[in-house]
Amino acid sequence: MRKSFLSTIAMAGATALALAACSGSTEPGTTNDPGTGGNGDELITVGFAQTGSESGWRAANTQSMQTAFSEDNGFKLVFNAADNDPAAQIAAVRSFINQGVDAIVIAPIVSDGWDDVLQEAKDAGIPVILEDRTVSASDDLFATWVGLDFEREGVYAGEWAAEYFGDTPTRMVVLEGTTGSAPANDRAKGFNDAIAGSGIVTIDSQTGDFTRDGGKSVMEGYIAKYGIDGIDLLYAHNDDMGLGAIEAIEAAGGKPGEDIIIITIDAVRDGMQALVDGKINYIVECNPLLGELVAGIVKDVVAGNPVDKEYFVEDQKFTQDEAAAVIDSRLY
Amino acid sequence: MTKILKHRLFWPAAALVSLLAVNIIANQSFARITMRDGQLYGALIDILRQSAPLMLVALGMTLVIATRGIDLSVGAIMAVSGAVALTIIDSSPSPGSLGTVAVAVVVALLVSLVLGAWNGFLVSVLGIQPIIATLVLMLAGRGVALLITGGAITTVNSAPLKFIASGYLFILPFAFFISVAAIATVGLLERRTALGVLTEAVGINPEASRLAGVRARGIKWSAYVASGLLAGIAGVIYASNISAADANAAGFLIELYAILAVVLGGTSLMGGKFSIAGTVIGVLTVQTLGSTILFFGVPSAQSPVVFAAVVILVVLLQSDLVHRTAKRVWSQVRAEFTSSNQQDTEVAS
Repeated sequence: MRKSFLSTIAMAGATALALAACSGSTEPGTTNDPGTGGNGDELITVGFAQTGSESGWRAANTQSMQTAFSEDNGFKLVFNAADNDPAAQIAAVRSFINQGVDAIVIAPIVSDGWDDVLQEAKDAGIPVILEDRTVSASDDLFATWVGLDFEREGVYAGEWAAEYFGDTPTRMVVLEGTTGSAPANDRAKGFNDAIAGSGIVTIDSQTGDFTRDGGKSVMEGYIAKYGIDGIDLLYAHNDDMGLGAIEAIEAAGGKPGEDIIIITIDAVRDGMQALVDGKINYIVECNPLLGELVAGIVKDVVAGNPVDKEYFVEDQKFTQDEAAAVIDSRLY
Repeated sequence: MTKILKHRLFWPAAALVSLLAVNIIANQSFARITMRDGQLYGALIDILRQSAPLMLVALGMTLVIATRGIDLSVGAIMAVSGAVALTIIDSSPSPGSLGTVAVAVVVALLVSLVLGAWNGFLVSVLGIQPIIATLVLMLAGRGVALLITGGAITTVNSAPLKFIASGYLFILPFAFFISVAAIATVGLLERRTALGVLTEAVGINPEASRLAGVRARGIKWSAYVASGLLAGIAGVIYASNISAADANAAGFLIELYAILAVVLGGTSLMGGKFSIAGTVIGVLTVQTLGSTILFFGVPSAQSPVVFAAVVILVVLLQSDLVHRTAKRVWSQVRAEFTSSNQQDTEVAS
C-alpha cells in the first residue's frame, strides 16, 4: 500500500516535471543530450525490474541505476524491486508493458520462465535490456545484456595467487558460493585455469553459501581438520565468506593475511576495510555500478542504433596498498 | 539390556554415538582437542559452540510441537532480533561498551517476545492453524529485518557482542553455557512443575484437557512466546558470531532443521509426549552431521544428498516397524542357522 502510494506521488511528480520540461523547451537547443532517441527532448520512460535488496552489492547496483536513469539524464524511471520473488518480477515486467514504457531493464532473479513475458514485450514493441544476470529465453527476445564476467574475476584472482606463490607448494582451501550459481561455477573455473602449473593445490573446497556465517563455520571445520599451519591460502568466492573466515582464523589464534593468505571477490566496503587492515591480501572487484553503461545502451536501443548482444563490464583489482588509496572514494 | 534397548532415547543416542564414532575412526583430527591459553579447541568443541542457535530454536520448537503446533517463523525472528540488536549497537556512540550491548540485547529479546506472543495470539486466541499463523511472520519477518538494516549487512566492532558467540568461560565456549542454561531452564520448568504434563495433555487431547480444567489457551500461547524468545536469543548469538546482522541469511531454513532435530530426538509431530533430552541429542546429531560432511570432504553439490541419506538412515533406525521386521528376520535367520547346524552335526556324526 505504502509502496504504491509513494510511487503514485513519484509518478505525479515525474509527470509534472515532464510537463514542465515540455513547456519550457519551445525554443530549440535546450536539449543538450543528442542520444535521447527520436523524440527530441522527451524523457525516455524506463521500467527497471530489480531482483530485490538482498545484499550490499544489490543496494549499490540499485543506487547506481537510479542515479544514471535520472531526469537530468533524460529518463523517467519506474522502479520495481521484486524481493527475490520471480513471479512478482514477471508481474512487474507485465505492468511495465501495460504502462507502455519505452524500454524495460530487467535484472532477472532466475534465468528460466521468461519466454512468454519477453514475447509480450516484443509484440508491444518495447525493447528489453538485461542487466547483471541472464535468461534462458531465446536471444531475439531481448536487445542486449550488460553484466560482469565472473570467470574473468576468477582468472584475475588466480593470476595473482599464481604469481604470489609461484612454484612454492601451497595448500589452498576454497569457500565456494551457493552451489550451482553462475558466480560460484565461473569463479571456480577461472581461478583453476589461472593457477594451472603453479604450486597451488586445492586440499578442500566446500560451499559457504555466500554468507558470513557459512564462511565462518566451514573455515572452522577446515581449521579443525588441517590446523592453521596446514593451510597456506584461502580463496573465497565473495567478501562476506572471507570476512566470516577471518573471524574463524582469529578465534583459532591465527593471523589472517599472514598465516593464511586470503583472496576474495566483490570489493564491498567491509571487504575493502579488511583489505586495508591487512586481513585480506587481494580483492577482485565485482562492480555493481552498471547504471551509466546501461543508461547509454538504453538510449542507443531506443534510438534504434545497433548494439552488441552482450557488454562485459571491466572489473578492478586491489592489493592492500591500492585499497588504502581508494577506500574513501568508493561509493559502496 | 532390553530395558536400555526399550528406553525411548536409546536409538537417538545410538545414532549420535555411531555418527561420532564413524568420524573419529575415519579422521583422527576429528577427536583432537587442544588446549590454548586455557581454552579448549577442536572439532567437537566447535560442534558444542556452533549448535547453540539451533539448540535454542529446537527447544522452543519442542514445546510448540508438544502442543500440536509448529512454529515456522523462528528463522525470521532470528533475523529480526539480530537486526534490532546490531542496529542499536551500530547507531550508538560507544558500540564497545557493555551497557550498549546489554540494552541492545534486551530490546532485541523484547521484540522477539512480542513476535512470539503475536504467533501465540493467532494460534490460541484466533484459532488459526499454526502452520499458517506462523507462516505470516516467516514471510513478513525477514522483510522487517531487511527494513531495519536498510537491505545492507550491518557490521559492528564490539567486544562484548563478540563475546556472546566467540568468548570463553573457564575452558569452554560461552555459547555452550547459554545452551546449557536454556536446556536447564526449559527442563526444570517443564519437568519439575506440572507445566510439562499440562503441555502434553493439551497436545494429546486439547478438548479433553480443556474439559478437565486445563487452561489450554494459556499453555499454547506461552509455548509460542517461549519459542519466540529462544529464537531471539539464537538471533543474537548468530549476529554475534559474525559481528554482523545478515537479514537474508540469519536463521535461513533453521525452522526445518529444528523440526528435524525434534523428530530425531523422538518427539512426535502429532503433539503430546515430548523429550527435552531427545531434542538435545537431535540437535547434536544434526550439527555433527554437518561437520561430518565437511570432514569427509563431500563435494558441495552432493552434500545435501549425503545429509538426506544419513537422516533417512537415522529415522529408519528409530522406527518401530523396522525394529519389529529386523527382529523377525533375525529370529528366522537364527532358526535356519541352528537347524542347518544340527544337520551339519548329524552329517558329521
